[in-house]
Amino acid sequence: MSEFLYLYRGGANRADRTPAENEASLKEWVTWLTDLGQKGHIKDPGQPLEDSGKVVSGKAKTITDGPYAEAKDLIGGYTIVEATDIEQAAQLAGGCPIFQIGGAVEIRPVIKM
Amino acid sequence: MDASDHLYRREAGRMVATLTRIFGVHNIALAEDVVHDAFCRALEVWKFRGIPENPSAWLMASAKNRALDVLRRERTALRYAPELGRLLDSEWTLRPTLDEAFEPHAIKDDQLRMMFSCCNPRLAENAQIALILQLLCGFSIREVAAAYLIGFAAAEKRISRAKKVLAASEGLFEIADAADFTVRLAAVQRALYLLFNEGYHGASPESPVRADLCREAMRLAALLLGHPLAATQATHALYALMCFNAARLMGRVDALGDLISLADQDRSLWDRRLIDQGQRQLELAATGAAVSEYHIEAALAAVHTCAPSAGATNWAEIVELYDALLRMRSSPVVELNRAIAIAQVDGPERGLVELHAIAGSEKLASYPFYSAALGDLELRCGRGNSAREHFRNALSLARSPMERRFLERRVAACTAAADPP
Repeated sequence: MSEFLYLYRGGANRADRTPAENEASLKEWVTWLTDLGQKGHIKDPGQPLEDSGKVVSGKAKTITDGPYAEAKDLIGGYTIVEATDIEQAAQLAGGCPIFQIGGAVEIRPVIKM
Repeated sequence: MDASDHLYRREAGRMVATLTRIFGVHNIALAEDVVHDAFCRALEVWKFRGIPENPSAWLMASAKNRALDVLRRERTALRYAPELGRLLDSEWTLRPTLDEAFEPHAIKDDQLRMMFSCCNPRLAENAQIALILQLLCGFSIREVAAAYLIGFAAAEKRISRAKKVLAASEGLFEIADAADFTVRLAAVQRALYLLFNEGYHGASPESPVRADLCREAMRLAALLLGHPLAATQATHALYALMCFNAARLMGRVDALGDLISLADQDRSLWDRRLIDQGQRQLELAATGAAVSEYHIEAALAAVHTCAPSAGATNWAEIVELYDALLRMRSSPVVELNRAIAIAQVDGPERGLVELHAIAGSEKLASYPFYSAALGDLELRCGRGNSAREHFRNALSLARSPMERRFLERRVAACTAAADPP
């Protein structure tokens, strides 16, 4: 088994949706991740991330507010999954509810020795 | 569990009430923001970590932490609840004060204070109810608009005006030491009564009964029952009325979502448990000399609910109760119901005389069930053609697709029983 990082990007702003819609979406996420866990694919269910943060860059180690990516590119959370190969990892990501609200899952294989 | 019975509906009101108490009534918008934020964050975390065993406790803890953040960060920038002011100033007293404010009994009291505050006499009844729905029941503006069949902009205007009045008041209504407690309690009872009725008789185009509105009204009425000063005989009577009517909610609508008249309902679908609860509340309501409109209405509902069939109902008692109700409050709709009951006791011809006697009422002219009552009684007198005219008139006044289909069936029934040539 290899490890893969799922990065959840974009999707409709949760504040724009009604509480009932948010709760329905919560249930779909829990169902999806629980199912992956039961099939032995979850290494770490991960965490959500705040929309804002800081970026440190350059030789001067300048600290700026950021990342200020466009909303559709903003990373909202991550999960670490285990799969036989990237094809399977991609196929498993297909069940993520984020697609219903216009978001995307970026899949990055973890390099192991 | 139907879709409207979601976590936000159940929890937001409690959280907003308690935070408003801490931040002060002038900061009600801040309280709402903090609740919304706490809710969104909780849901984000639960997506990844799973839903906790006690989401309600989790949310309350999260609201408390957000409140602490706000109070620490903006201690000097904002003026908070005057009665808590000093306690919130010092880090030594801040945490214990918040711990106490989030005790379950304190949260209940805050919901009561909020309920009484929403029924401010400077607000019209419909504004009071809109405010209750949003602040105590977690309804969005869109949902308030749907409940009252008004546009989004109108609902938004009504709520924001009402909130301004609330925010400008001295503080949340203090139940224990208010001189005008009795008057305000009556306003609260009335608002809950109207909220329940909107669910029960409301003219929503989607559904003839809005069980969620009835449920919210009962939840808030139960809070009144839990407070020694608010649990008056009238409150017991009001709760009894809600129990009897709620017991029949499921029998009022058929599989296609259409209304069924009382005579045709399957009484085995009525909720025994709620009927028993209504009886107990009615007994508690009768422990003193006070007789309110709620007493009479509850007694009326009890007679209907406890009868084995429409035919075996004690209609004479119903007529007497309507007479008593009319002595307290004259209402053309009550007179209409009384006339229908008289027809059950003394026959349809006598009922028609009573109906024609109240015909002049302007309110009834646009009320489809006045014409429908005329049609029913004409039909029972064997005059199908005349009955059909009345039902057609009623049909032209129908306010929702359900009423329309109900009355179409009545028109069709007349054709089957047309006059002999």
